[in-house]
Amino acid sequence: MVVQCAEVWREISNYLDGEVDPQMRAAMEEHFRGCKHCTAVVDGARNVIQLYGDERMLEVPLGFSQRLHRRLEEGMPRRRGNAFGWMMALGFAALILLSFEVGNVSRPTAVDLRSDMARSGIHIPADLMVVAVSDGKIFHVPGCRFIHDKDKIQTMTANEALREGYAPCVRCLKKYLSQRQTARQNEVQSARLEQEDPE
Amino acid sequence: MPETTASLGNPSEPLHEETLIRRIREGEHELFYELIRPYERRVYAAALAILRNEADAEDVAQEAILKAFKHIRQFRAEARFSTWLIQIAVNEARMRRRKQQAVVMEPMVNEKDEDGLYTPRDFADWREIPSETLERAEIRQKLAEALNSLGQKYREVFILRDMQQLSIEDTAKALGISVPSVKTRLLRARLMLRDLLAPGLGGGWSKALSFVKGNKPW
Repeated sequence: MVVQCAEVWREISNYLDGEVDPQMRAAMEEHFRGCKHCTAVVDGARNVIQLYGDERMLEVPLGFSQRLHRRLEEGMPRRRGNAFGWMMALGFAALILLSFEVGNVSRPTAVDLRSDMARSGIHIPADLMVVAVSDGKIFHVPGCRFIHDKDKIQTMTANEALREGYAPCVRCLKKYLSQRQTARQNEVQSARLEQEDPE
Repeated sequence: MPETTASLGNPSEPLHEETLIRRIREGEHELFYELIRPYERRVYAAALAILRNEADAEDVAQEAILKAFKHIRQFRAEARFSTWLIQIAVNEARMRRRKQQAVVMEPMVNEKDEDGLYTPRDFADWREIPSETLERAEIRQKLAEALNSLGQKYREVFILRDMQQLSIEDTAKALGISVPSVKTRLLRARLMLRDLLAPGLGGGWSKALSFVKGNKPW
């Protein structure tokens, strides 16, 4: 079997990968013995494979793995606890609920929130009158402009809303609480000034 | 034969990928790090082959791996996990590239019709490669430039097959093309790179660089 240069070039990659049949391999090797051009081509192609196959030719950026793992951590859901952990959590939740009933200020409870993404509120006065939509997830200060389905709203205390699993509206209740805090600070400041300078 | 990887608990006992995947699906999410560790580099390489930009390739590699985690239940056991993972990276990188299409400039290297025979353009003798060649940053730079000058379809086949040592079949699956297409593109990629590099690596660059390094020509 005799092969010409063009046929050698077509099969050179398969030859280097060991994917030509023995007859073709023998014919190509015979051709290489007499053709310095094809020898240069096969040697060069072999060198290309050898050089680029070296690990140094593709280095991942420094810190790649650490950054990848950090991003994975952010993207993975938090792992659920075991039965003992759940029992402990329920125990603590019961204690918190008890103290909540005694005090006048609400605390986060172990009640399952209606929204997976929301967080229960703290520092919300338990007897604050709030509104919530019956099949919604959020409770609001009356008049909040982010209430949807206004024809289905119910009025209840913040305590009841939290027990029902509603989460506080991050807009109106945050604003309400910050205004309340500012008002309290002003009261304290005024009282202090009055004490320092009664006249 | 299923691929294995080290166990988190006892490194002397390798865990089969199949076992790792089952346990991850059951909720042991931290085992996912162990599952993907051997393939981080390949995923990055696949993204880099398409995007040619390290920052984009890293971002896409992260997205692809995160996507693999989120869709691990959709992985079908008859495929290799590594191939599935690289497929995701290739798809993500192609999508990213499409978005960037307006600013991506295609290389000027001669790419003849895939079905036609590629004729070598240069017959410079290039018999020897000193193993130290790659120690030199200038040579690595020349090789990277030559690779980047290839068209995408040749570059991605070459990187997966010759740089990441995927089999021809796995390369075809990862890229969603046929085995004959992989072989044709691989042949062209190898010969084009040889044409680009042989004149320099056959002696030209070595002489020039040895002069740069301080061997005076007189």
